[in-house]
Amino acid sequence: MTTAKQSLEKIGKKLVDDIEKGKNPEIELPVRALSNIIYDKKTCTLTMGKNIAKRYFFNVAHAKKFMQTVEVAAISKNLLEEGKHASLRDVFYMAKRTIPNTKVNIVDEQSESDKAIEDLELISENAREMLNINANKMGSVAGKVIIEDQGDRIDWSKLGSGGWSIPSNVENIKFIKANAKYIVYMEKAAVWERLHEDKFWDKHECIIMSSQGQTTRGIRRLLQRMQEELGLPVYVLTDFDPWGIYIYSVLKYGSISLAHITEKLAVSGCKFLGITADDILKYDLKKHFIKFEENDSKRLAQISGYDWFKDNKDFQRQFRMMKEFKAKAEIQAMSARGISFISEKYLPDKIKNKDWIE
Amino acid sequence: MAQTKLTDDKGELKSGRTIADELATKQREISISEFFLKNRHLLGFDNNKKSLLTAVKEAVDNSLDAAEEMKIAPELKVIIDTVGEDRYRVIVEDNGPGIVKEQVGRVFGKLLYGSKFHRLKCSRGQQGIGISAAAMYGQLTTGKPIKIWSKISPKKPAYYFELFIDTKKNEPNITKQEEIEWPEKEHGIKLEIEMEAKYGKGKQSVDDYLKQVAIANPHAHIVYITPEKEIMEFPSVTKQMPKEPKEIKPHPYGVELGMLIKMLKESKANTVSGFLQAEFSRVSPAVAKEICDKAMLDMKTKPSKVEVPQVEAMYKAIQTTKIMSPPTDCLIPIGEEALQKGLKKEVAAEFYTAVTRPPAVYRGNPFQIEVGLAFGGALESEELVKVMRFANRVPLLYQQGSCASYNAVVDTMWRNYGLGQSKGALPTGPALILVHMSSVWVPFTSEAKEAIASYPEITHEMKLALQECGRQLGIYIRKNIRAREQKDRVNLFEKYIPEVADALARLSGGKKESIIASMQKMLKKNMQNIIQEAMNGIEEKKEDDGKKGEEK
Repeated sequence: MTTAKQSLEKIGKKLVDDIEKGKNPEIELPVRALSNIIYDKKTCTLTMGKNIAKRYFFNVAHAKKFMQTVEVAAISKNLLEEGKHASLRDVFYMAKRTIPNTKVNIVDEQSESDKAIEDLELISENAREMLNINANKMGSVAGKVIIEDQGDRIDWSKLGSGGWSIPSNVENIKFIKANAKYIVYMEKAAVWERLHEDKFWDKHECIIMSSQGQTTRGIRRLLQRMQEELGLPVYVLTDFDPWGIYIYSVLKYGSISLAHITEKLAVSGCKFLGITADDILKYDLKKHFIKFEENDSKRLAQISGYDWFKDNKDFQRQFRMMKEFKAKAEIQAMSARGISFISEKYLPDKIKNKDWIE
Repeated sequence: MAQTKLTDDKGELKSGRTIADELATKQREISISEFFLKNRHLLGFDNNKKSLLTAVKEAVDNSLDAAEEMKIAPELKVIIDTVGEDRYRVIVEDNGPGIVKEQVGRVFGKLLYGSKFHRLKCSRGQQGIGISAAAMYGQLTTGKPIKIWSKISPKKPAYYFELFIDTKKNEPNITKQEEIEWPEKEHGIKLEIEMEAKYGKGKQSVDDYLKQVAIANPHAHIVYITPEKEIMEFPSVTKQMPKEPKEIKPHPYGVELGMLIKMLKESKANTVSGFLQAEFSRVSPAVAKEICDKAMLDMKTKPSKVEVPQVEAMYKAIQTTKIMSPPTDCLIPIGEEALQKGLKKEVAAEFYTAVTRPPAVYRGNPFQIEVGLAFGGALESEELVKVMRFANRVPLLYQQGSCASYNAVVDTMWRNYGLGQSKGALPTGPALILVHMSSVWVPFTSEAKEAIASYPEITHEMKLALQECGRQLGIYIRKNIRAREQKDRVNLFEKYIPEVADALARLSGGKKESIIASMQKMLKKNMQNIIQEAMNGIEEKKEDDGKKGEEK
């Protein structure tokens, strides 16, 4: 088996070979766009299609991206050689410098180095973690679960108000003991704190988990492992807006930019708990609506056209109602009915009545 | 209602007097000066910063007009002096004909007095409100009089005045008048107004205003001393004086009913036919007859005897009668060459163009539109372009959004000419656009003379001029800028090579120097192809832009 380091070396040698033969050096990589994403109806996941793009150095439009790609490849190789890990932000700063005698930076924003790293994953066929590059930790978890991580035993029920903070690489975590019937994953850290303070996981024997905004890979992988290894159902709670539903979509089907590693990340059994349009009506949340902005409407139109939602009657019904409301609502809007309404009434009712969509 | 208790059914007070009687005791004539005292925003004195600008503007407008009337190149000196906190002294001196001592009081101390209101010709001032309003504003905020020095000839003595405006009577109150020595001056006016004001830099500042004046008046020489004692000089760059403004009579199409009634009443002509021919331009005996016939009016009627319903008939008849367009030799455009010269001396750019449209007519008033454009050089490349608006060579700094000039710029499709533009916004790019309207009567949207009203004929002419300048710009951009940008990008390869080679050496374990050498060899060999490829890229992009334009 080739190691990550070897595969990076191989890429370098191939490009030097091109140059020495007088051939415009080229990097091949699968096209990372909706047009090259295939929705597999059998596995219910997104996978990368076969469209290949070529990136040349001697091409005005490609040169800079080419340079960024080989730069992060070289950075990753050094990390592997030294046995150290760097965050996405670290890599950005390692690559960020001004080319002598110009006003041009190799990378100007982190989004550029992040993209180059994602490309590198495709080119080298190695996940980011294998390249010794980690994302920031962003999530928390609590529940009656005991795990082992790097030799430490950790009890998720005894970590005070902050809970356990989920690392970006969860491959080596071992589950020792789990006392839970299901997992509730939520978009908002603030809602997690609410449920944690109310000891929701204790009262209802479950695991609560959150990140801030989009779900990181570490969290997706951890959810996937818990679903498969502990056999727990995963319920997803997000804001009532297109962005919230897309968070669910990424969890369940995979994301467009990371379709190449979907099999390692997709939580294919997860269910969308809310907030649904029906919750809005049932709990009288309309008065806490926030009006749609133009980009909300645009996003809604995009999402409702995705292959994996196109024939899903339940979701299409949600999209239709959202379109009619022309408004969104936050999970926290439920606090208007009492601070612990969500933990004492909303979630228990939803789960008891199996009131979810998938 | 509380009032009903005091009156009976006939609207009489218990005392026997009617309400109208009561009100009558409170009704009195409001003097114009009093009116403006309460509505000073109408004249551009809404706040301290704007007041300073308005005062300078009114004085400078008058001085330029005065020198030109004497057919000499204007020499102006503008000084703004700090007196105390929020208090400044505005001093403006010109080389115009001066004002005879008997008139000084009325010119500076009476509102709506002047030589310009009763005539139709291209001059900067129109109504004769400006400078006396500035004097009144100074008096109101500081209690100080306006000071005036005037000399009308080297052979005659100079005079010094201090005067206040009696706001109730709208009359000057001269508190000091004396003969003085002013040997270094041949003729001209110097005035000084002390006022509450605020001095600032940047947009809508006095500095900005004078710079724009210099652009539109390349024949004028202006020296300006700021409150920070900084001396700014705007030299004259052309000896060519604007041609002398010709007065014209109003055209019948432009007259309103109320005005027609008033003109008839005041006319000294013996017959309506004579009245029409004497008071309006382009009315021949035949045209006068046609109007009277259509209005069923005897041509020989005495003008003051025409009843209001008949005036209405006359008014309608005018609109349906074919009358020749007004004469246009009364217009004084800056001219394409002078406009470019003016831009070149004040704006550091790399490309200049200007277009003067042929004269046109709105509501019987002749007018002419000019557009100037500067591009590149030191102009900001990422921002919205700056629009400079002028009316009879006077810069307009406020109310940009409601001005016909601004809207014509926004409505022009600049993307076709190589600038960026979002829908409904000014274009972006390193450019400056100047729009000038010359007319015997510029239709301002308010008394403060800040924005030009959007008559369709005016907007149409502006757009044609803007498009013409845009086409010139588009040709220039395609030829020069894009080609240079692409070349710059190709040059970047040379800079990228060491970086890429370094990374590749680290990746492959190869030698950096030999990788660099091989890459440089390739670059030399393929340079032509790469440039060509890059240029093809532009051509394709250009076609795309073209298509987008069509779709809209």
